[in-house]
Amino acid sequence: ADIISTVEFNYTGDLLATGDKGGRVVIFQREQETKSRPLSRGEYNVYSTFQSHEPEFDYLKSLEIEEKINKIRWLPQQNAAHFLLSTNDKTIKLWKISERDKRAEGYNLKDEDGRLREPFRVTELRVPTLKPMDLMVEASPRRTFANAHTYHINSISVNSDYATYLSADDLRINLWHLEVTNRSFNIVDIKPANMEELTEVITAAEFHPHHCNTFVYSSSKGTIRLCDMRSSALCDQHSKFFEEPEDPSSRSFFSEIISSISDVKFSHSGRYMMTRDYLSVKVWDLNMENRPVETYQVHEYLRGKLCSLYENDCIFDKFECCWNGSDSTIMTGSYNNFFRTFERDPRRDTTLEASRESSKPRAILKPRKVCTTGKRKKDEITVDSLDFNKKILHTAWHPMENIIAVAATNNLYLFQEKVN
Amino acid sequence: MFVRGLKRKCFDGEEDIEGTLAGIKAIPSYNLQRQSLLDMSLVKLQLCHMLVEPNLCRSVLIANTVRQIQEEMTQDGTWQMINTQSTGQASLDRLVSTDILCRSSRDQTEGKHVPAYGTFNKDFESDQAQDSSETMSTASSVQAPRNLQNNVWEMENPQENKGNFQKSLDQIFETLENKSSNSVEDLFSEVDSSYYDLDTMLTGMMSNTKMGHCDSLETFSSPTNTASNSNCKSDLNDLDHIVEILVES
Repeated sequence: ADIISTVEFNYTGDLLATGDKGGRVVIFQREQETKSRPLSRGEYNVYSTFQSHEPEFDYLKSLEIEEKINKIRWLPQQNAAHFLLSTNDKTIKLWKISERDKRAEGYNLKDEDGRLREPFRVTELRVPTLKPMDLMVEASPRRTFANAHTYHINSISVNSDYATYLSADDLRINLWHLEVTNRSFNIVDIKPANMEELTEVITAAEFHPHHCNTFVYSSSKGTIRLCDMRSSALCDQHSKFFEEPEDPSSRSFFSEIISSISDVKFSHSGRYMMTRDYLSVKVWDLNMENRPVETYQVHEYLRGKLCSLYENDCIFDKFECCWNGSDSTIMTGSYNNFFRTFERDPRRDTTLEASRESSKPRAILKPRKVCTTGKRKKDEITVDSLDFNKKILHTAWHPMENIIAVAATNNLYLFQEKVN
Repeated sequence: MFVRGLKRKCFDGEEDIEGTLAGIKAIPSYNLQRQSLLDMSLVKLQLCHMLVEPNLCRSVLIANTVRQIQEEMTQDGTWQMINTQSTGQASLDRLVSTDILCRSSRDQTEGKHVPAYGTFNKDFESDQAQDSSETMSTASSVQAPRNLQNNVWEMENPQENKGNFQKSLDQIFETLENKSSNSVEDLFSEVDSSYYDLDTMLTGMMSNTKMGHCDSLETFSSPTNTASNSNCKSDLNDLDHIVEILVES
């Protein structure tokens, strides 16, 4: 099994897609509750697996293009088939996943095994009949959106018009129409004329969930810009600029690096957005640009270890964050296979672990605690014993229920709220 | 790529000269700690994966950190000060020697390109069509490391240093986005048996990605071996990758 690089529920939560470093997409489907297997409620089983992207070689630059899937985004379902967008560093693909559970029999011109019948043997006409067959799930690529990004794609986001989507790389954001693969429109370009002057890159971008003209993008300097596509074709001028003033007392050489935003997500309501930087998660009210309305410390105990984390490159880890369906709780990952949930009102935070030892099926997860003072209590973990190779970068929350998917390196964990 | 092999003379890792240096745990100055951070950052910028384009966000953040340190150092006037401190000498040697090591491992064959230092093409878009600039990149590759080295040597002239430093920083930056145009053959031709020797040397020094190595820098006390061992690990992974390719081909 390969390292999971993205996790995403579809709009109903019945399907869960994961992408991995090897370019594969695995889709899980939620089992329907049945009387005969009441305990299987909420279980997700493999529905489809396919190779989305292959490694490529850029001959002009003599560089490999990794097949790692950076993001998957589902399209809302409009017919029996399911559609999703998956992207690696350079190319976005639209995949159609469809079921086939019937097959036609009794063709006039073909035998059952597909060979053409001799014309003189066709003595009568018949109507082919549909016979059931074992369920087959097929994934087929419907569109390939390529050659629009010079830099590495970090985000894709489907617009609320369900007809367009954006793709963002380090320096540019492009707007696509789902039906058109040979043209995309550049809507943000922050590449300086002289690359030597480059000091800031785009780290994430997302469309507003309801306003199809609005999107945001975050930067490596900890700022978020909200843009309105009605104002101009090229949205280099932002409509709103979100930045929290720096606290001068905590300034260090690592201040900028830890302020770099790794993920930005609108709330389902569209009123708020959440950003993840290295040590915290911040909730912003779209109507207030000068500071976030809520700040949650994910692992503040790491502040004293920033130099080591810089040395081993962990400081550049890009953690994602997500909202629950009602926007009452947010979730993000940490190290040592820990992940954190923050209830917003009233405030309550929990640390949980995604590991085999602590996740027996149907067992309740025990809250974990990291010891920040000298005296370690029983069951607490000291900061020095945290495993920084076990990082939870990708998590997803079911759009309606309290079911969460947590990717721990190459394992996927699914947890749900215990229902009595 | 094999810069990790060199250890600092004065501040060796505890795990390897146990006890002897226990007495020399003096808290060095803020300047020295800052210098160590600068060294680490420069080394990080120099490391470029041979086959995959480096992460631009990471490079930008490291470059910004380096600029920040450099600006502060210029303001302090510490460019000159470092030259006079004896402890500074140690870190100076180390920076130079790591640079040489980095260069020598790359420039094994006929002074060919250092993949980290690429083409002159400024316009990235037109770069697509003009990447057959291998001769140009050879010239620039020899220049860039020398610039960095010059920066370290010429401590007497801070103003010029700043210029050199800025230039070399920009050059690194430029190369990061204009990735080198090594052909696949060139890539393989660079790998020779000297890698294996370094490998055995490094194996002895490699250890886990633990906190301890940079512990003291956190609290700004005695810096330990900042030759990042975890990067060592990733270097060896690169090496494995190369070996794999060689073996399979």
